[in-house]
Amino acid sequence: MDIVLYAIGALLALALIFGAILGFAAIRFKVEGNPIVDQINEILPQTQCGQCGYPGCRPYAEAIANGDAINKCPPGGQATINTLADLLDVEPEPLDAEHGQESITKVAFIREAECIGCTKCIQACPVDAILGAAKQMHTVISDECTGCDLCVEPCPVDCIEMRPVDITVRTWSWALPQPNHGKAGLIATDLRGQTV
Amino acid sequence: MNAIVKSPHQDIQSPVAGSQVIASSERKIWPLTGGVHPEENKHQSTSRPVSVPPLPETLVLPLSQHAGLPADPLIRVGNKVLKGQMIAKASGFVSAALHAPTSGTVTAIENRPIPHASGFYDLCIILETDGQELWCQLAPVADYRQLSPAELVEKVRDAGISGMGGAGFPTAIKLAPGTAINTLIINGTECEPYITADDMLMREKADAVIQGAEILQYMLGARECLIGIEDNKPEAITAMRRAAAGKNIDIVVFPTIYPSGGEKQLIQILTGQEVPSGKLPADLGMVVQNVGTAVAVKDAIVDGKPLISRITTLTGDALAAPQNVDVLIGTLAQDLLQYAALKTSELSTLVFGGPMMGFTVDRMDIPVIKTSNCLIAATEDEFPAAPDAQACIRCGHCAEACPSSLLPQQLYWHARAENHEQLMHHNLFDCIECGACSFVCPSSIPLVQYYRASKGAIRTQEAKHTKSERSKQRYEDRLARLEQEKAEKEAKRKANAERAAKLKAAKTAEQTGSDAKAEEDPIQAAIARAKARKAAAAAGNSEPASGRQASDRPLSAKQKELKVQLSMAKAQAKKTERALAAAEASAELKGDRKDIEQLKSNLAMLNEQVSQLQQAFDENSQDSASKDSPEKPVKVAKPALSDNEKKRKVELAMAKAALKKAERALAAAVESGFPDEQENTESFKQAVEACQANIKRLEAEASEPPAETAIPPSADAKPSAKAKAPLTDEAKKLKIESAMANAAVKKLQRAIASTGEDEQDTLKQQLVAAEQKAAELKQALESLS
Repeated sequence: MDIVLYAIGALLALALIFGAILGFAAIRFKVEGNPIVDQINEILPQTQCGQCGYPGCRPYAEAIANGDAINKCPPGGQATINTLADLLDVEPEPLDAEHGQESITKVAFIREAECIGCTKCIQACPVDAILGAAKQMHTVISDECTGCDLCVEPCPVDCIEMRPVDITVRTWSWALPQPNHGKAGLIATDLRGQTV
Repeated sequence: MNAIVKSPHQDIQSPVAGSQVIASSERKIWPLTGGVHPEENKHQSTSRPVSVPPLPETLVLPLSQHAGLPADPLIRVGNKVLKGQMIAKASGFVSAALHAPTSGTVTAIENRPIPHASGFYDLCIILETDGQELWCQLAPVADYRQLSPAELVEKVRDAGISGMGGAGFPTAIKLAPGTAINTLIINGTECEPYITADDMLMREKADAVIQGAEILQYMLGARECLIGIEDNKPEAITAMRRAAAGKNIDIVVFPTIYPSGGEKQLIQILTGQEVPSGKLPADLGMVVQNVGTAVAVKDAIVDGKPLISRITTLTGDALAAPQNVDVLIGTLAQDLLQYAALKTSELSTLVFGGPMMGFTVDRMDIPVIKTSNCLIAATEDEFPAAPDAQACIRCGHCAEACPSSLLPQQLYWHARAENHEQLMHHNLFDCIECGACSFVCPSSIPLVQYYRASKGAIRTQEAKHTKSERSKQRYEDRLARLEQEKAEKEAKRKANAERAAKLKAAKTAEQTGSDAKAEEDPIQAAIARAKARKAAAAAGNSEPASGRQASDRPLSAKQKELKVQLSMAKAQAKKTERALAAAEASAELKGDRKDIEQLKSNLAMLNEQVSQLQQAFDENSQDSASKDSPEKPVKVAKPALSDNEKKRKVELAMAKAALKKAERALAAAVESGFPDEQENTESFKQAVEACQANIKRLEAEASEPPAETAIPPSADAKPSAKAKAPLTDEAKKLKIESAMANAAVKKLQRAIASTGEDEQDTLKQQLVAAEQKAAELKQALESLS
């Protein structure tokens, strides 16, 4: 009987010790903020375009952390959805067409001859990628442009257009080889007797 | 017929098993991990000496012939340039300059097809040659040891030298690594099939190679210099040994195996050391340079000539005269192939570079650039179309062949799944894209293309991520800036408001400063002012403006009250002053000084009243109809007393006396009863009318200038005993009331007379009440007067 009591006593003592250690660790190594929001925000493309219905990437990241759908980001496209699904351990879904379609990377372009220098687009740009001053011609710093589209709407003379980013010698890369139709996935001996 | 280069049936051989070290030096060599033995096909192009093709009419010089940023053009279209003149400068640290390969005219700077796997166009300088071959001013260095390594590096940079082996990394950067370099390795391996450019260079320019190696060794401060050559180039080895005799340079010969010419592979063979993943040879204290680069460095330093030409192999079964040519950079492939007697009908594939790592191009107007070591014009038989890829059977040959000890099969699966994380985990970026795995793959899977595509995708992803990071930063910066601007605006507004408030406060403080003195005792102040005015008035000086300032002070309720009284008193005083002045004027005419004396005494009295005003006002504010007599003198005294007023006062006194008499008469009449009621009514009416007229006249007189009213009083003042003297408002009211009461009394008397006995009692009672009222009113009138 004593042995049982000793065992219980020892276990209780251990439980108390480890409980104390855990409690201390919980306070000592407390993580500030919500790291998942930062992680989600890292994955989002930071165009700040608002196509998801939130006023920027971070608000959407917060919304996702609070359970919103992960397929509302057209600029990020399927790749972002897959990465998010991976991170959050959920099933990747196709892009929600309601919020737009995945398109090739574009940047804003100001037809400078038509610009009247109203600065409206400058105020709209979330990343300060438009250069200009009142009554001076504006231009887009295309390297900084995220292609968010937000400057097109405010332009009173419709002189801003979205142009696809050209692939140059320096941005080009090889394409993945296309699997051969019909014969793909077959080894040489499998081809024997096939009517293809 | 040459054998097919890329054969899935080609087996891999153990590098160690096939090694036959011809090296006479005792230097130890290490075996290469993996590697393959493709058909060499080098003999075709080594049978002829290096020749110089005729000067082409046009040279096309891409601005991006090297790794890094494209060069920045220094010339304009139409400019004449001399041979060796710099026509584009390096636009950054990782960039290289470009020089005119011959003299001529720049006809255009435009997009042209360039030797690139993408088949894209890029910006090129188009040079129309003039055939003069006029050199620009050169600056050769007689003894390079007189210059510091840094100066030599600068010369190399200005010569626009980039790696001639294939990657095209700017040489100057490799020559200033920032870490101590022990070993300089000159790469004469040239392991890839078909290519013999370095072989021919070493055979024909061995001295230049050795000289270049010495310069490089001096520049790097390297203790030892190794020149690695595969054992399949015996002529080159002989020539190099002869040239290097007696010099601190080791010619190291090792067995032929592909890809021993890779930088890291060569280091492993020659030193046994492995360059760690993600590190550079410089981190191990080594620098590897191609033999072609060594010659270019020698040309740049000793002869002062920039990099404007190179040795390129022209080979392939479609050429009748395969050979190596010393070609000007920018010469078009079509010109060279023509020179090497291209059999156009047999040409099926044109390859830039070797069969393992090169790329095919689909046109011939592409120029030779600094990195173009070989052009293969292949026939259909030579380079048959790649067989269809089949399923991976997991044979593992690729892993055995890989010189970088990677797992090509795993990489293949992950590349197909686009699982970038796993690709990184399997060190995809250590792949040198040598093609050994594809070469041995029994299923003909284009493995390298998978890796290249994956590398590109990962780089794109990283670039996107970098950009998104930057965008995020910019976005946050912008938000911060907007916030700051807002805060600044707010602060500014606040500061403005504060300043305005301060200004206002300062103003009011100025005012209250004077006010405070005034507020200490307004009455005292008023007295003081009144005294001052009195003094002025006594001197016959009127200063009406002096009292005005007091009117607009912010004051408490009590002070306001005081102020009102004060202003009233002042107004009276002023009026009196004016009256005094007028009286003095009229007195001068009439010679009557008595009025003036009286006015002066009045003024004095008024000034005294100012001090009593507080109390007087309080009492005054009670019932205006109250019959409190003590206040009356004050009230009555208020109107300014001019000489005319004085007269009126006299009249008033007389009228009062008359009133008293009339009242007494009235009382007697009331007592005596009704017999003479008709007369009484008549006389009362007259009295009322006279009284009203009198009042009107007196009011008019009061508002009119005092001097005009000299006559009227005597005219109306006399009438009967009932005539009422001019009275104050209260007196008037009392009089009207008393008249009404009298009228009521008379009515009652008439009623008593006309009615019977029984009704007379009530009427009499009413009469008594009416009489009582009349008596009271009379009394009030009496006390008033």
